[in-house]
Amino acid sequence: MQDFSLAFVQAFTLIGQADPTLIDIIALSLQVTFTAVSIACLLGFPIGAALAIGRFPGRMLLVVFLNSLMGLPPVVVGLVIYLFLSAAGPLGFLQLLYTPTAMVIAQVVLVTPIVAALARQVIEDLYGEYDEMLRAMNASRIQTICTLIVDARYSLLTSALAGLGRALAEVGAVIIVGGNIANVTRVMTTTIALETSKGELALALGLGIILIVLSILINAGLFLLKNSAQKRAYA
Amino acid sequence: MTKKIRLVTALLATGLFAQAHAADKFIIVQSTTSTQNSGLFDHLLPAFKAETGIEVRVVAVGTGQALKNAQNCDGDVVLVHAKAAEEKFVADGYGVKRLDVMYNDFVVVGPGNDPAGVAGSKEVVKSFKAIADKQALFASRGDDSGTHKKEQQLWKAANVDVKAASGKWYRETGSGMGATLNTGVGMGAYVLADRASWIAFGNKGNFKIAVEGDPTLFNQYGVIAVNPAKCPNVKTDLGNTFVNWLVSPKGQATIAGFKQNGQSLFFPNAGK
Amino acid sequence: MLKMNSDLALLAPAKPFSEYLPIQFDGVHLSFGKHHIFSNLTLEIGAQGITAIMGPNGAGKSLILRLLAGLLMPEQGSVRFNTLSRVPRDQIGFVFQRPVLLRRSVQDNLLHALAIAGVERGQRPFRADALLELGGMQHLAKSPARKLSGGEQQRLTLLRALAAKPGLLILDEPSASLDPQATALIENIVLRASQCGVKVIVVTHDQGQAARLSDEVMFVHKGRVHAIQATHEFLKTPASREAKAYLAGELLI
Repeated sequence: MQDFSLAFVQAFTLIGQADPTLIDIIALSLQVTFTAVSIACLLGFPIGAALAIGRFPGRMLLVVFLNSLMGLPPVVVGLVIYLFLSAAGPLGFLQLLYTPTAMVIAQVVLVTPIVAALARQVIEDLYGEYDEMLRAMNASRIQTICTLIVDARYSLLTSALAGLGRALAEVGAVIIVGGNIANVTRVMTTTIALETSKGELALALGLGIILIVLSILINAGLFLLKNSAQKRAYA
Repeated sequence: MTKKIRLVTALLATGLFAQAHAADKFIIVQSTTSTQNSGLFDHLLPAFKAETGIEVRVVAVGTGQALKNAQNCDGDVVLVHAKAAEEKFVADGYGVKRLDVMYNDFVVVGPGNDPAGVAGSKEVVKSFKAIADKQALFASRGDDSGTHKKEQQLWKAANVDVKAASGKWYRETGSGMGATLNTGVGMGAYVLADRASWIAFGNKGNFKIAVEGDPTLFNQYGVIAVNPAKCPNVKTDLGNTFVNWLVSPKGQATIAGFKQNGQSLFFPNAGK
Repeated sequence: MLKMNSDLALLAPAKPFSEYLPIQFDGVHLSFGKHHIFSNLTLEIGAQGITAIMGPNGAGKSLILRLLAGLLMPEQGSVRFNTLSRVPRDQIGFVFQRPVLLRRSVQDNLLHALAIAGVERGQRPFRADALLELGGMQHLAKSPARKLSGGEQQRLTLLRALAAKPGLLILDEPSASLDPQATALIENIVLRASQCGVKVIVVTHDQGQAARLSDEVMFVHKGRVHAIQATHEFLKTPASREAKAYLAGELLI
């Protein structure tokens, strides 16, 4: 229990001192996560939408498969991407191993299924409402997908936030493909893992508290943004 | 709105790419978590960079993984403490040459109440026998690391079959040094650890060093440059600079100068 | 009549719909599961102007509209538009019984429809404004479409249906739940569209509406077309027994 109170002290001290190493680590965490989630949304929304409106044999199998991918174990994804990016692997020539880019790739693989699966559900519900109207307007497939994505934007934001949560909290994949190298690929979660393995539990917990607070701030910020946008627009 | 998001994404992505390839003068060293957790690299690498301008990026994993990564050509230099495995690495052609760098020793740490009655002993094999006889809890790394291999040698010398006791008084964590120490302290189990890791460890609880000073507990560190014949993309020149620096008088002195709580954690012994 | 020129520019279809007349159903079969809605349905709509379709609920009127619009396909038989088996879908505007609008502003709903219709980007705001003026809704341009009253929403869907300058306008009980004032506004727009050459087919229960709008009435009962007569004739002396009972408000079995 002593570690808990110490942890809060550590957290406040670190923030108060604006420790430059910590700031770098937080900055990298945010950079990697936001990049990965953005790419995941660019990929996941259209995939989810296409699956929502598509009617073809095997569609239900694909939906089930996509939903299952939400449970991809991060450490396995990390291992597979390592094997691809390793110098001994097929993509070794890209020299991406142990770089933040590799971490982004790993997180994109993990987050895209989440965003796509949730988007599919959201858009499928909306499609039921808009289907006949859009067909009467003679909208093409692509036009239908674009219409649905734009109209479902607030629910899709929630899907994106689910993906963001996963990415921010993830350690298994990024530690393998990033190598947790100081000043290069060290992020909040890998630092917590490192400090834990050094027995620095209070510090690790303190960093954990900072990470949670960060997540709350991001969500609060996006919530306020969404609210003001909704007020300016509609229900 | 979408356009803005796309622009920001593009900027972030390029930012990351730039970062990744910014420092051209860098090497990747595959080493172990225990070496990193001791704090040695935080002391050593800035000195090396100041002198040579070369940035050293350390990937700290288990010994087995470090050697495997190096076999995959994902590193320029290997620095671990498992002599037999290192020599095999070189013999198989993955490394150029193995050089001694430094040593420290292993210690057995245990709970304050010392259930096996081994505190203060200077004979590790005897102590292991006592732990087994009393069936006192023992937490093993169980991960084929240098520490783990050492531990297995000691059990063999003490004529104890730990496989049979696995899950009873003998607990295999399959983890690194820090995690195993956490587990050991948590369950009141004895642990074989390298001294540097123990000194630097932050969660000691009521644990103390129970057994130390036995010559058998000697822990040798070796450095190997990855073989460019097998790995054409390895940074041979930069890697060799690092290897040579480590065994040079300057590097050796820097190693000796690394102290924690006034104690030296590593003892340079290159070329001896 | 003052509005005639601007109306023509806004509403006149690129191709006169008379090219697609007569509309003919021949031996059309349609069923949902075991329920046969139409078996061997035959009908013809030959004239320009406004055709009303009337009949008791469950007669299949809405389904006929959907077959016309290509939203449903007959299982057997054919739907023909003169010599063609289908009208290009962008020539048809459809107004549903209940308005379905996008979660956007009134103006954005029209801009969206114009975009889908392939109207050139620069033209869209002008067309949208003209449509809003036609519907007397300029002051609502930025309002959230879903926050409008029922009458306003339905008017918006009518304007949206006209956005692509269709040759055929189909309406499914467009003012079923609207008050007389809202109804009048809708009817005004429909009449103006018809005057610009748009063929109109409207399902309605409202005899007054049929009288105000349509030139002819097609009476549908139990999946069959019983009569097609000029409106004033139909309302005074309906050709079939069932139509008479229907107009009198008696239960039809």
